[in-house]
Amino acid sequence: MYVYDEHDRQMAAERVAQFRDQTERALAGELAEDEFLPLRLQNGLYVQRLAPMLRICVPYGMMRSDQLRRLARITRDYDKGYAHFTTRQNVQLNWPALEDVPDILAELAEVEMHANQTSGNCIRNTTTDQFSGVQSDEIADPRPYCEIIRQWSTFHPEFAFLPRKFKVAVNASEHTDRAAIQVHDIGLQMVRNEAGELGFRVHVGGGLGRTPMVGPVIREFLPEMDLLTYLEAVLRVYNRYGRRDNKFKARIKILVKALTPEGFAEKVEAEWQHIKDSPTRLTPEAVQRIQAYFTEPDYANLDNATDLLASQRFEHREFDQWLTHNVDTHKKPGYAIVSLTMKKTGTPPGDVSDKQLEQIAELADEFSFGEIRVTHQQNVVLADVRQDRLLELWQAITPMGFGTANLNTLTDVICCPGGDYCALANAKSIPVAEAIQRQFDDLDYLYDLGNIDLNISGCMNACGHHHVGNIGVLGVDKKGQEFYQISLGGSSHHDASIGKILGPSFARDEMPQVISKIIDVYVDKRTEEETFLDTYRRVGIDPFKERVYA
Amino acid sequence: MPNVISQDGSIREDNWVVVPRPAEGESLDIPADQPALIPADLWLAGYEHFTGRQDIGVWFDSHDEPEILEGHVNELPVIAVNFPKFSDGRGYSIGRLLRERFGYVNELRAIGDVLLDQLQFMKRCGFDAYVLRADKDITKAQKCLNFFSQGYQAATDTDVPLFRRRAS
Repeated sequence: MYVYDEHDRQMAAERVAQFRDQTERALAGELAEDEFLPLRLQNGLYVQRLAPMLRICVPYGMMRSDQLRRLARITRDYDKGYAHFTTRQNVQLNWPALEDVPDILAELAEVEMHANQTSGNCIRNTTTDQFSGVQSDEIADPRPYCEIIRQWSTFHPEFAFLPRKFKVAVNASEHTDRAAIQVHDIGLQMVRNEAGELGFRVHVGGGLGRTPMVGPVIREFLPEMDLLTYLEAVLRVYNRYGRRDNKFKARIKILVKALTPEGFAEKVEAEWQHIKDSPTRLTPEAVQRIQAYFTEPDYANLDNATDLLASQRFEHREFDQWLTHNVDTHKKPGYAIVSLTMKKTGTPPGDVSDKQLEQIAELADEFSFGEIRVTHQQNVVLADVRQDRLLELWQAITPMGFGTANLNTLTDVICCPGGDYCALANAKSIPVAEAIQRQFDDLDYLYDLGNIDLNISGCMNACGHHHVGNIGVLGVDKKGQEFYQISLGGSSHHDASIGKILGPSFARDEMPQVISKIIDVYVDKRTEEETFLDTYRRVGIDPFKERVYA
Repeated sequence: MPNVISQDGSIREDNWVVVPRPAEGESLDIPADQPALIPADLWLAGYEHFTGRQDIGVWFDSHDEPEILEGHVNELPVIAVNFPKFSDGRGYSIGRLLRERFGYVNELRAIGDVLLDQLQFMKRCGFDAYVLRADKDITKAQKCLNFFSQGYQAATDTDVPLFRRRAS
């Protein structure tokens, strides 16, 4: 994992001092509210329904155990003793006091953390696949490139006041996309060209929110060393020509659509010709220097523990289920990737207490070289667990509430904080998630249904990624009443698509029944090997409509 | 007379006047006794008349294209860029293009909704003179220009990004 050097440390400290000064000037009335707004947003601070909310950056989802412990302490000292894992691999605090935020940022900086650019109209945290570096089918480890992008985008002087927020995601797996890159402003798919050289296929203009779109490819192959100059060209074209007259039309996707992907690509290409050989062009030494932080941990030389696991599976049926659903194949023999689910029914998806943060830190130290990854599905990954210790780990996490064996099933809901916390929300989202989790509490039935992405957002801003849920739920406000609109057929993976709206919305208490009817249609219509999405794509939306609105 | 902040945070007075774009059918109202900044496209339209004059500079609005002055920038003593609202970031790109692409070497002035917390970005994007909005405390400019001792990226102020400095 990346470790700060004296330059990073210095800039982190200077940033805290700057925000302290800005906060003092704001509290003294020297900065008007609208003038302080982008400054605090670029330090992660929202003013929310109940209190300020602080969004802390977890670069591409990676955290060390000492950082988790510091977060736990901060939630105790400055908040109500819990935190929330977000859908962009970050962490949020829901109740900090405005005047404490500079102190919180100072405490974070001590453990090489920050809240830079986690909000505001700037380049946000770059996200990636939570299985980076430990899966066998990746082109290369994407994390060094995420770190290179992090450094380039941090306090970039030209791009601090973009028309709107800007999100970059990188994916390196050939067969899966856990980073949802096609619904980002820039999605980078790592590829090799015919000569075997490393590079990126560049998608631009994907996104959710009010006008959901799958990002078109504007360049099939961008050589590795050209990464930053090309990003700079894309950002410059966007900064100059993106719409600023209407907030709802200000994302880069609107510009790409207006110019057409080809027209946009031409503009970027023309800009890039001027700067592609500038000093911003990466060097092999610079890339290698960052790669050196992401080398393999000190793995033991092991064989796969196939026989041991088989007998343990036989003895413990629930362990067997957990192993099947929450544990993935590791590139190293004898190791496994474990997903800790933060989706225990009755707990808001992604919420963790200070104690749980410390428990996760301990698990990381004990089982996974002291590191964890946060996923955009709001779970936590221990990426390097020895197979012969999986049973021990499972026994440890079950009482902690992290062992619910529902990864990627219907009840592994992606859910924004919604109207319970968020000032932007039109409706609550957490109670809907919980009602659906209660309706589908039979694990065997869930397994029979297979992988289904159920994504819930409390408003158009789509933090719960509802457009790309196989089943998406959007909270809407109708004359002061909370209603929920359903869409079907979305996907955030390689076959990315935006869901189609089913029809008129429903009251909250109808939701579990409605979801049941949708699932019933799938069960009736599916062929043996079809997932929910496959069936939907084959039969279309009409059978679902007929059943739900019958 | 505006107070102008320099890149080092020092403050000086000068008497450059920003001449607004005239309404349709009207002509430019250039003062006789003061140096003036006129809309860049109008300077170009009156090129024969204006070029070489040390008392005439130009200003760009944030949606203007600095490309129109390519090849002419160093005929101008001052170029200003207007930030109509501090949150409009187009002026930063204009600054970098004027300096880095078109090689402009004379004064580059930020005008309009210029606030303290944006000065650091303007400085890195090539601006070396700043006319702070009148209600802001000009004595804090120096501090706000210098919160950071370095940056990660190459920009107008340095063509050596941190990854190249680390390597050397």
